[in-house]
Amino acid sequence: MTQLNPFFGKYGGQYVPEVLVPALDELEQAFIDARNDPEFKQELSCLLNKYAGRPTPLTLCRNLTRGTKTKIYLKREDLLHGGAHKTNQVIGQALLAKRMGKTRIIAETGAGQHGVATALICALLGFKCTIYMGAVDTERQKPNVFRMRLMGAEVKPVTVGASTLKEACNEALRDYAANFEHTHYMIGTAAGPHPFPTIVREFQKIIGEEIHQQILEENGRLPDACIACVGGGSNAIGMFTDFLETKVPLYGVEPAGLGINTPKNGATLRNGQQGIFFGAYSYNLQTEDGQINESYSISAGLDFPSVGPQHAYLKDSGRVSYVSATDDEALEAFVLLSQQEGIIPAMESSHALAYAIRMMREHPDKEQVLVVNLSGRGDKDIFNVSNILEQRGVSTADGFHLDRLKLSY
Amino acid sequence: MSQRFADKFSELSLKHEGAFVPFVTLCDPDYETSLSILKTLVESGADALELGFPFSDPCADGPVIQKANKRALSSGARTADFFHLIGQIRQLYPTLPISILVYSNVVVARGIDKFYADAQAVGLDAVLIPDVPFNMLSTQDDFCACARRHEVNVVLICPPNASDHTIRSISGITQGYTYMLSRFGITGTDYSFGQPVEVIKKLKEYGAAPSLLGFGISTPEDAKIAMQTGVAGIIAGSACEKIIERQLENKTALLSELSAYVKAMKAATRLS
Repeated sequence: MTQLNPFFGKYGGQYVPEVLVPALDELEQAFIDARNDPEFKQELSCLLNKYAGRPTPLTLCRNLTRGTKTKIYLKREDLLHGGAHKTNQVIGQALLAKRMGKTRIIAETGAGQHGVATALICALLGFKCTIYMGAVDTERQKPNVFRMRLMGAEVKPVTVGASTLKEACNEALRDYAANFEHTHYMIGTAAGPHPFPTIVREFQKIIGEEIHQQILEENGRLPDACIACVGGGSNAIGMFTDFLETKVPLYGVEPAGLGINTPKNGATLRNGQQGIFFGAYSYNLQTEDGQINESYSISAGLDFPSVGPQHAYLKDSGRVSYVSATDDEALEAFVLLSQQEGIIPAMESSHALAYAIRMMREHPDKEQVLVVNLSGRGDKDIFNVSNILEQRGVSTADGFHLDRLKLSY
Repeated sequence: MSQRFADKFSELSLKHEGAFVPFVTLCDPDYETSLSILKTLVESGADALELGFPFSDPCADGPVIQKANKRALSSGARTADFFHLIGQIRQLYPTLPISILVYSNVVVARGIDKFYADAQAVGLDAVLIPDVPFNMLSTQDDFCACARRHEVNVVLICPPNASDHTIRSISGITQGYTYMLSRFGITGTDYSFGQPVEVIKKLKEYGAAPSLLGFGISTPEDAKIAMQTGVAGIIAGSACEKIIERQLENKTALLSELSAYVKAMKAATRLS
């Protein structure tokens, strides 16, 4: 039996082939030992501060909220080395891999942000690195593919099925089952079999801890909402963990794609059913027979038909409200933040921002303080978004016509 | 509790034969062809059948069986059809041991108890779930209790890296047979198979149900070597699926090639 509880209520667990259990036991043991090892903690915080650039700032929007009584603060994980929050936890996992004597690291990636984070830490610490990425994603996230290759990673495009994140996860699990003796599987989100959801949360919760301190310094009181996007859910659980015991309302924003009631969405918690996929019991987008469906989102990083098991638990307990933003709402937020604050957000993070903008518009006279986890920067998205905005007639020679985007509220 | 696997192993043991168990995916490439394939396998000498219950994300399987799963699901076949097909085979061969390999979500989605009730109703002997390790079998969703209630054998996979504790635990739970994993990794013929003789010895010592060796066994030569590890028989999956994949356009050739393959593999399991 595992040493730490593998479940969050009824969610989570360790639903993997028996052959992988020893590898997961070894990882759990390494994690338990490392938590109590001052040397590990020191190396981790040294890398977080001096290599990755923690703490990241909390930035108050100057222009976006003009004409309303809303204040929006952005937690600037986009400024973290690598361009997204992913770097936080890959440093932790890579140090665990080193402790376990592994020489090779594999990872799955959707948007490529986790792949980039994995590649950079492997370059730094001297691991061989293989990244599995759906062939559709290698196309829509080309800049990140080059970044990974540049830093020495081998990027393997996965061509089965819909060729997105789900297939990349399956393929990484297969590699792990063959090579776990010398290979660590660096899962990129707070999902997968135990102990991954716990390990990833523990290495990401620094986001919320910093926000907690920074908002009290800046604002003198706790915020009225913390808002994060949810694909697998690592940036969200990183933001929420330190606030779970407070009364601060927490919002997880799922991708509603072309519309929350259309088949083209990735809102697993809102539209999914309970079941076992990717090593854990959670909510999945699936058929009545339990066959996993393809998800859809404009944002590769949110395009996943399952979700981390702790989010499933927090949904049922009611502690977190899981809401959604459509492709169009995220596109609008992407352009607005660029135009008004000079910050290009990742399309993933744009979903969280879109929901904050919606809260602001729905209550313009309400004095409210919203914190958005700006989990990544949008440089990787500019080519793809540029194409989409041109096709939609939103981006033309005479400027941006945001009124051509359709809002669901 | 279903006794067909136990009876078959006793019968083979008297004849000094190992079991040859082909693995194919239900409804691959479609219901009717699959029915013909299953009949061919049995009539060519298969001692038992292990059948893949199609799943969208077979993470323990290599490319050949992944494609088989995809073909089956693309034909539009669903859980009810897979059970129906098993029922048809059961009617044709009343004493044939039949097991399925099914990923956990398909079981959970139907309702675990209902799944095993359906299995019993169509005459299925055993169910193997490759993504539920023994320590998760009875934690909250009690797969074991449901299986026992409906008198269906619970088959477990024993990996070659199993600790003594794991081997003992598996020995105490697995029924019908023990799926002895020959090596790490996923199904497929691209890598050779392993010969975990020490683990096989321990399984016997701890009184586990007879072991069938699988993963990477594809030729009659492989089968002969595999039988020397002390197992009660062998399973070959990807090799069968490869024949199906190669002969999708020619059903006659498909069936005759499969038949020749089963005969050759069966001959190799006869211990001299």
